[in-house]
Amino acid sequence: MESFTSPTVTQRDQILVEQQVFSIFKTFYDMPPSSQSFMLELQRENHVEYLTNGLKQLGPSFCVLDANRPWICYWILHSIALTDEFVDPELEDNTIDFLSRCQDPNGGYGGGPGQLPHLATTYAAVNSLVTLGGDKALSSINREKLYSFMRQMKDASGGFRMHDGGEIDVRACYTAISVASLLNILDDELVQNVGNYILSCQTYEGGISGEPGSEAHGGYTFCGLATMILINEVNRLDLSSLIDWVVFRQGVEGGFQGRTNKLVDGCYSFWQGGIFALIKRLNSTKGERSIPLGDGEDSTASSDATEESSNKDLSQGGSHSEKGDHHDTSSRVNVDDISHNSSKGHAKVDPLFNSLALQQYILLCSQDLNGGLRDKPGKSRDHYHTCYCLSGLSVCQRSWSEDEDAPPLPRAVLGPYSNLLEPIHPLYNVVLDRYQEAHEFFTGS
Amino acid sequence: MESSEEDRGEPLSRMAEWRDVTPLPQDDGPNPVVPIAYKEEFRETMDYFRAIYKADERSPRALRLTQRAIHLNHGNYTVWHFRRLVLEALNTDLDEELDFIQRIASSNSKNYQLWHHRRWVIERLGSNARAKELHLIKNILSLDAKNYHAWSHRQWVLQALGGWEDELDYCQQLLEQDIFNNSAWNQKYFVVTRSPFLGGLTAMRASEVRYSVEAVVANPNNECPWRYLRGLYKDDIESLVNNREISSVCSKVINTKNNYIFALKMLLDLLCYGFQPCQEFRDAVVALWTSDTHPLDPDLATAICDILEHVDSLRASYWIWRKNKLPVAA
Repeated sequence: MESFTSPTVTQRDQILVEQQVFSIFKTFYDMPPSSQSFMLELQRENHVEYLTNGLKQLGPSFCVLDANRPWICYWILHSIALTDEFVDPELEDNTIDFLSRCQDPNGGYGGGPGQLPHLATTYAAVNSLVTLGGDKALSSINREKLYSFMRQMKDASGGFRMHDGGEIDVRACYTAISVASLLNILDDELVQNVGNYILSCQTYEGGISGEPGSEAHGGYTFCGLATMILINEVNRLDLSSLIDWVVFRQGVEGGFQGRTNKLVDGCYSFWQGGIFALIKRLNSTKGERSIPLGDGEDSTASSDATEESSNKDLSQGGSHSEKGDHHDTSSRVNVDDISHNSSKGHAKVDPLFNSLALQQYILLCSQDLNGGLRDKPGKSRDHYHTCYCLSGLSVCQRSWSEDEDAPPLPRAVLGPYSNLLEPIHPLYNVVLDRYQEAHEFFTGS
Repeated sequence: MESSEEDRGEPLSRMAEWRDVTPLPQDDGPNPVVPIAYKEEFRETMDYFRAIYKADERSPRALRLTQRAIHLNHGNYTVWHFRRLVLEALNTDLDEELDFIQRIASSNSKNYQLWHHRRWVIERLGSNARAKELHLIKNILSLDAKNYHAWSHRQWVLQALGGWEDELDYCQQLLEQDIFNNSAWNQKYFVVTRSPFLGGLTAMRASEVRYSVEAVVANPNNECPWRYLRGLYKDDIESLVNNREISSVCSKVINTKNNYIFALKMLLDLLCYGFQPCQEFRDAVVALWTSDTHPLDPDLATAICDILEHVDSLRASYWIWRKNKLPVAA
């Protein structure tokens, strides 16, 4: 039935990545247990050193990010916060000062001092300040002016422009709504029609695109879903087809791809992986695991029915066929003694994605042993990938937890338990207790 | 646009033309974080840009300066924005502007600002620019057939300026080169649903189903045509369920016992939508199950979930969840 033709570009590119990744996995599985333990360690000190150095100084090649410096701040500060490390108080002060120079007198933050205010850099600056925490950081944000900047960026279509005369897309919607929500300045004027715009971006595949008609894409799907949740219109989306699309974005490598038939990339550990955190959170007020379907129907997963198969599944952790056979493709993970334990604060069912496989990809394929994380083997580390690989790792580790206060069970954390990162708030991607502090500060509650 | 003095990378401070301008250093403060070790040319260019920008000087030399600044950092949206203001003020020939953007694109085709600027220019040039634009995007896609910006821009051009006539053919060409190119499938869907020349989704559906089924048969492990098929019936599930071509390609693929995950999944979806399977489907599914110890569940949908849990074990958790969502048998 299948005729042999030479591989297409897609197939060739995919095979090359698989070869690299599987060779890493094979090397890992052939190692003695003690070496395996080392390979699965999160290289905390090295990552923090790489990050802190970046905060202090960047080389000339970074001039291509000269209009993105609040982003670099956020990627670095958030990553450090995830590892529960601290930034020198002096550096913190310098950051607050620097970001206030990026703040436009008429509202919003630009990519550097004196630059035009931009919604994405505003998001990055605000998230950086929230991550720093404390009165000085939080009160440095001019909320009134920021609100009026957002009103100016609002478009009749319901979307937002990134900057004066700038592009409109789902990213702009997310950055605006996320910041407005965090700072407690979200109102009907800002929310109006956003839902319609995002709805028009859900594609036939189930994911969400950047603009109406474009291809379903992990980054935009995260942004679209988060925004719909923030404006309380999430049930207007076809959630079951969204979930169906995103589960298939996880590949044989364990990591996620951004679009159908594209290559795995560590940053999608958060953009795609985070979608599951959002969906889980949608149901956290309810006792059972229920996920609203697009047609308004709820369904609940019965723990009894799934217990047996979940046991088996967890004890295997999935299995990786050595031939890299495409039928049965998931990674075997030697996690000791996995018992299906529904103790307090822990979900009665597994996360919808394969959390251990993703952790394996992140730890074995994305880590640069000299510090920092990357897209995939063969690519260089950078602060962006460090941020989103670590954010994704945090999501993975917490994916069985229903109660954020309860520390995850050891089986949820691949590698040593010391790999555990701080929990995030998945709507904003800031560390949870920083979110809580900011929430109290801006709502006075 | 001929190369200007500013293009040659010499210090602005040594140019007579710039003598009257006092460069404005960046207000980084005494202890900036994430400070970039700018090279001298970069720092100087941006100092002069800041001065011109602050003064809002919309002159020919300002235009040349923005070009120099853009070359040094394609991502500086403030410079691009100011360039647009200057272009408008000077009423410049925008065809030359397209050439300028193209030169930048040749080194970096994945930059938001560049594509947004291109849209702005094309908007002003109107439908005369259409053919050339569609051609340019084709060139970029020939280097990277999945460039997200290029595709979004292409869709915008089609909607703003037309040119739909050849688009379906173009999609088909790309799919002949690479049937796994999801961007091309997405574009196909875009054309089929929005082209004013094709009569809409329902009119096109039969031929599109045929095309997709052929693609499935050639590569059953290609996710694209499966999702496309589902998409063709977005608001008409009943017709999906009743389409014999689709249900029968599912059993055809399942019977090969090879690369059948998407086929099983489609059958599962059909069952959830109310498909009434005849014996051939049950037989095909049962033939996949090799366990002696666990008999296959009598409910076909449940059985499929169990099989998928094993053969697509990466997604075991998802298949368990799907199983639990199945309507309870009466």
